[in-house]
Amino acid sequence: MPAEQPPRVPEGSKIKVSALREGTVIDHLVAGTALKVLKILGLDSDRSVTIGLNLESKKMGHKDLIKIERHEVINEEVQKIALVSPNATFSIIRDFHVVQKLSPSLPEMIENLLRCPNPSCVTTDDRVRTKFIVVRTDSLRLRCHYCERTIRKDEIELL
Amino acid sequence: MPVNASDALSLAGRDLISVRDFTRDELIAFLDEAEAFEYYTSPILSGMVMGSLFFEPSTRTNLSFSSAMQRLGGSVLGFADSKVSSTSKGESLADTVRVVENYCDIILLRHPFEGAARLASESTRLPVINAGDGTNQHPTQTLLDLYTIRQKRNALEGLKIAFIGDLKYSRTVHSLIETLSHFDNELFLISPTSLRIPPDFLEELNANGTVYHEDEDFFSIAQDVDVLYSTRIQQERFPDAVEYEKVKNAYRIDRETIEKLGGKATLMHPLPRLNEISMDLDDYPGAAYFDQVRNGVTVRKAVLSLLLGKTRV
Ligand SMILES: [Zn+2]
Repeated sequence: MPAEQPPRVPEGSKIKVSALREGTVIDHLVAGTALKVLKILGLDSDRSVTIGLNLESKKMGHKDLIKIERHEVINEEVQKIALVSPNATFSIIRDFHVVQKLSPSLPEMIENLLRCPNPSCVTTDDRVRTKFIVVRTDSLRLRCHYCERTIRKDEIELL
Repeated sequence: MPVNASDALSLAGRDLISVRDFTRDELIAFLDEAEAFEYYTSPILSGMVMGSLFFEPSTRTNLSFSSAMQRLGGSVLGFADSKVSSTSKGESLADTVRVVENYCDIILLRHPFEGAARLASESTRLPVINAGDGTNQHPTQTLLDLYTIRQKRNALEGLKIAFIGDLKYSRTVHSLIETLSHFDNELFLISPTSLRIPPDFLEELNANGTVYHEDEDFFSIAQDVDVLYSTRIQQERFPDAVEYEKVKNAYRIDRETIEKLGGKATLMHPLPRLNEISMDLDDYPGAAYFDQVRNGVTVRKAVLSLLLGKTRV
């Protein structure tokens, strides 16, 4: 899908975001995935979150970025985010310093996170928890545990 | 019933949901047991009950399983069409299974939704047999096809096997091709362009190193082909009736085509056939489609007794 031209940000200028004292910076998200990522994290409303959409990136062209206060992502969340944005980077911040960097890897099984695109899959009944087996990670292939349909990256849809 | 992986070859208590769940050795164990059942008639399943839940009708599968169960002395209860079941009152599949498990020793499930048998198996302590879940799996069909190939060719390896017809939508073909990838064979995949095998399956064949040839032309098949597996090409797959007529006739197998291909191939079809196989081939010695029906009962006897943990004495 051709992305709409984002508003030009003059070369060298930085978007002003307040520095993060404690929390997580998720960078190098595929442009357009930040809101999905927030949904994956399911954060409660009292946490302050800063989102950068469609930022210019030397490596990626455009990217999204998220700063979350007072929440350190856990491995399970990293794995889930990897599904929508495989090259995302995660920096855990304590007292303004990066104390840990996490890079995503996929779990063997993804439970209750994705919708099966097969309209005659038994999981179209909302009472059934979905489960997907990660078959390949190089060019991502998942298989629905129930209908056994192979799912490609572009078919992935979050619940 | 949850999978017990402690003893790879113990099939007692296991479910039969998908051929994917079984190793090559386990698949062969089913076939070996079936072979032993060819002439075995003792009522070893006497006193056992199969709960047969058909949420969509499938008369042939239903009769075949019932025959297998009853010939081994067991009995059958259940329904052949979901109109009479309480799911039409909105009871969930999981609840239906939890109720029925109190009436029987093994559950047979046919359902229009893909994944239904897997879901059912997670809701009961009893073994569940998938008798077809939508377009996904029908594992006893796959086993009876394997069994028939081995019976007719005395091997499951080193064969040239051609699949002809609708390779896009045929569940039977998909499962058999995937299962054959446990064994070393050369496959010919012959179909009209619009009914080619889906790319995911080719990807799996590539990953397994299976040798295959894809073509539209029937006569691209090697002359010394061992097995011809023909499938129905259904008119509703074609938006244009003229196109359907052309394709239908291009993949019709008659005596002449068999002669052209060397006259020795085993000819298989999951039935019912439309006109893919000419009636004048029914007395051709290689015609195996009615043997498949008989083998279906034999294979289902083996499946029922293995999953129920009843051994021949
Ligand atoms: Zn599914």
